Amino acid sequence: MRYLKLVLLALLLAAPMVLPAFYVTLLNYIGLYALVALGLVLMTGVGGITSFGQAAFVGLGAYTTAYLSTAFGLSPWINLVIGLGLTALVALFLGLITLRLSGHYLPLGTIAWGISLYFLFGNLGFLGGHTGLTGVPVLEVLGLRLEKGEEFYYLVWLVLLGAMLATQNLLDSREGRAIRALKGGSLMAEAMGVNTTRSKTVIFLIAALLACLSGWLYAHLQRFVNPTPFSLGIGIEYLFMAVVGGAAHVWGALVGAGLITVLKQWLQDLLPKIFGQSGNFEVIVFGVMMILVLQRAREGLWPILLKLLPAAAHPHAVPAGEPLPKREAPAPGTVLLEVKNARKEFGGLVANNNMSLSVKAGEVLALIGPNGAGKSTMFNVISGVLPLTSGEVRFLGERVDGLPSRQIARRGMGRTFQHVRLLPTMTVLENVALGAHLRGHKGVLAAALRLDREEEARLLAEAARQLERVGLGQHLFDEAGSLALGQQRILEIARALCSDPCLLLLDEPAAGLRYLEKQALA
Amino acid sequence: MDLQIALLLGQDGVVNGAIYALLALALVLVFAVTRVIFIPQGEFVAYGALTLVSVQAGKVPGTLWLLLGAGLVVAAIDIALALRVGNRRRLPAIVGWNLVLPGAVAGALYGLDLAQLPMALQVVLALAVVVPLGPMVYRLAYQPLAEASVLVLLIISVAVHFALVGLGLFFFGAEGSRTPAFSDASFQLGTLNVNGQTLWVLGASFALIVALYAFFGRTLYGKALRATAINRVGARLMGISTTLAGKLSFALAALIGAFSGILIAPITTVYYDTGFLVGLKGFVGAIIGGLVSYPLAAAGALLVGLLESFSSFWASAFKEVIVFTLIIPVLLWRSLTSHHVEEEE
Repeated sequence: MRYLKLVLLALLLAAPMVLPAFYVTLLNYIGLYALVALGLVLMTGVGGITSFGQAAFVGLGAYTTAYLSTAFGLSPWINLVIGLGLTALVALFLGLITLRLSGHYLPLGTIAWGISLYFLFGNLGFLGGHTGLTGVPVLEVLGLRLEKGEEFYYLVWLVLLGAMLATQNLLDSREGRAIRALKGGSLMAEAMGVNTTRSKTVIFLIAALLACLSGWLYAHLQRFVNPTPFSLGIGIEYLFMAVVGGAAHVWGALVGAGLITVLKQWLQDLLPKIFGQSGNFEVIVFGVMMILVLQRAREGLWPILLKLLPAAAHPHAVPAGEPLPKREAPAPGTVLLEVKNARKEFGGLVANNNMSLSVKAGEVLALIGPNGAGKSTMFNVISGVLPLTSGEVRFLGERVDGLPSRQIARRGMGRTFQHVRLLPTMTVLENVALGAHLRGHKGVLAAALRLDREEEARLLAEAARQLERVGLGQHLFDEAGSLALGQQRILEIARALCSDPCLLLLDEPAAGLRYLEKQALA
Repeated sequence: MDLQIALLLGQDGVVNGAIYALLALALVLVFAVTRVIFIPQGEFVAYGALTLVSVQAGKVPGTLWLLLGAGLVVAAIDIALALRVGNRRRLPAIVGWNLVLPGAVAGALYGLDLAQLPMALQVVLALAVVVPLGPMVYRLAYQPLAEASVLVLLIISVAVHFALVGLGLFFFGAEGSRTPAFSDASFQLGTLNVNGQTLWVLGASFALIVALYAFFGRTLYGKALRATAINRVGARLMGISTTLAGKLSFALAALIGAFSGILIAPITTVYYDTGFLVGLKGFVGAIIGGLVSYPLAAAGALLVGLLESFSSFWASAFKEVIVFTLIIPVLLWRSLTSHHVEEEE
C-alpha cells in the first residue's frame, strides 16, 4: 500500500514531462473538478446533505478574479481572498435559511441559486454577458509565471492533494466525528452535545470554499471566463462525480472526477457520430449510469477499487493520553433533577399526566410502568428531546425545559436510548468518543491542520477507558454495527459515561437482552 | 405602465401561473406519495408539446421509440421476476401494459393519417405516447430504491432529468416549435382583448383540478393514494400496494405534465429543454406550499406566473433571476415559521 502511494506520487510528478499537452490539460481539469467533488463528498457522502449549485460557487470564484483583475488590475491573490469571502457570505446565507428545514430544501435552494447566478453572469454587462471576460492575467507564484499548462499542473495538484489531506484529517477528529454523526439523524448527535445545524453549515461552507478555489484556479488557467461552465447542468455533473466515485470517501472524489471527465471527453467524440447529429448526448449516458450506480453500488466505485488492493494494516494501538479534566461532582444528597407537574400531550393523548419526581446525587431512581406508560416520553421530556406541554424541569437548580437537548447535555446529563442509536460503520471507539464531544474544544481548522492531536489523544483515551470500564475493552476497533444488541446497549452507556455526566438516564437498558446479557449489564 | 399593459401582463401571468399551478399540484402529489422530488416533470411538458408537434406534422414522434424501448425493458425485467417467484398470474398485466399498449399506440401512429386527424384525436395520441412513460420511469429508476432517503431519490430524479433531456434533444433536435392555437376566437372584455387560448388554458386547468379533487375524494384509488401519502407502512398493511401507488402517481404526474405542455405549445415556442425551467417554476410554487399543501402550492404558482410576466416587462433579461430568487424569501419565511423536524435517514 505504501509503495503504491509512492509509485502514484512519482507518476503524478512525472506526468507533465512525459505526457503530451492534451493529457496534461485533461489532468489539470480532473484536478480542478476533483477539488469541487471533494466538497461534495464531505457534504453528500459524509454529512448526508447535498448541493446542485456547486458550479455557481466555482463561477463566483472565477468571475471575481476575472473581473477584478481585468477591470481594476488587482493581484489574483487579493482576488482569491475577496472571492472566498464572497463565497462564504453566500454559503452562510443559503445555509442559514435552508439548513434548519428538512433535508431537501438545501438542494432545492441551491438549484434556484445555481440558475439565478448563471443568468446573472450571462446578463450583466460589466461581466461581458454571454461572451464572457478575456485577458485574465497569468498567475505568479513565488515569482514564477505559470503560463503553460504543464506549469500550472503542479499548482493544481498541490492544492488538490493538500485539500484531500486536510479533509481526511478533519474527518478523523472531534469535529469530524460530529459531521459523520449527521447521517445517523440529528437526535442522537444533539443528545451528545453536537450542534447539528452548525456542523451542516460548516461542511456546506467548506464545500463552497473548495469550489470557489477551483474557480479561481480555473480562471487563471483558462485566462478567460464565460457563463457556460458554471451552469446548473455542470453543477449536477459535479454531484455525479462524487456519487459515482464513492461519495463517502475522500479518494472517491478523485476517482469520480477522473472517470467522468475522461468519459465525457470520449463520449462527446463518439455519440454525435452514432446519433448522426451534434449535441450533448453524454448526459443520457451519465443519467443512466448514475441511476445504475445508485441502484447497484450505492457506495460508488472507490470501495470496489479498494477491495482489489491489498488491505493496509491499520495500527490498532490502544490510545493513551492524559485524563480529561472532570467536572466538579455535586455533593451527595444535593438535588440534581426536579420535575414538577410535567405534562406531555400528543394531540388528545396525555402521555405524562402532571408527573413530579426528584433525584438526588448518589441516588438510583427507577421509573417503572407497563408498556405505553410514558416512561420514554418522560425521559425525552427531561433530556430536552420533546417539549413539555406544561410543568417544569429543573436540573442542578436551573430550569431546563425548553432548552435544546445539546444544552442540557452540556449541563451534565447523559442518556441512552430505548432503541439503540449508534453509527454502525464507525468503530466502537469512535462511537464512544462522540460522547466526549463537549469535553474537547479544538475546531475545524485545528483538525484539518492536525493541531488537535494532543486533545484528540486525550478524548480517545477517555473513550477507551470508559469502554474498559464497561467491559468492551477488546472491541475498541470493531465496527459498532457488528456488536450484539446487548453490547450495543453497553456501548451506549459507555458513550454516555464519556460525557462525564452527573446524572445518567438509562432508557430501558435491559430491553431485548438475553438473561446472561442482563446479568452482565447489572 | 398604463392599465392596458398591466391587464395584458396580468393575463399572461395568470395563464402561465395556471400551468405552473398544474405542475405544482403534480409535484406535491408525487412527493407526498413517493417522497420523490420529481425534477423530470419538466421533460414531460416538453415531450407532450413536441410529440404533438410531430403528430401534427404527420411524423411519427421519436418518443414512440422511447415508449417501445422502455416497455420492452420493463416487461423483460418484470417477466423474469414474475417467473422466478412462479407468479404467472401477473404476466398478462405486465405484457398488456408494457408491450400491447405501446404496440397499439405504434400501430395507431403508423396506421392513421396523422396530419389530417381532428385536433382532439391528435392530442389524445400524443398523450398516449407520453403518459405511459411516467409509470415506466418509476418502475425502472425509482422502484428499486423506493425505501431510500429523500436525498438519494432526489439525486435519482436529477439523473433521470439528465437522461430525458438528452433523449429529447435526440428525438426532437435543437430547434423549437409551436403548435396552432386550440381556437382562434378572441373576446373583448372591456378594454382587454382575451384570446381563446387563454380561456382554454384556464378552463382546462380548472377542469383538471376539479377532476383531481374528485379523484382523490371520491374514488377508491384516489383514497389509496392519499392513504399512502399519509403512512406508507399503514397503507401497505391495509393491502394497498405502494408500488401501484407510486406508478399511479407517476402516471398522473406524466399526464398533467404532458397536458400542460400541450396547453402552452400554442403560446410559447417549446424547445427540448424548455420543460426544465417551466417545471422548476412549478417547483417554486410547490415550495411555497411546503410541498404538502395543494391550495398553497397553486396560489404560489399563480404568484410565480404574475411575478414572471411583470418582471419580463421591467427587466426582461433578469426575468429568470427574479423568479428563482423569489425562493429565497420563501425559504427564509419557512425557516423562521416551521419547527425543526427530525429527518432520519
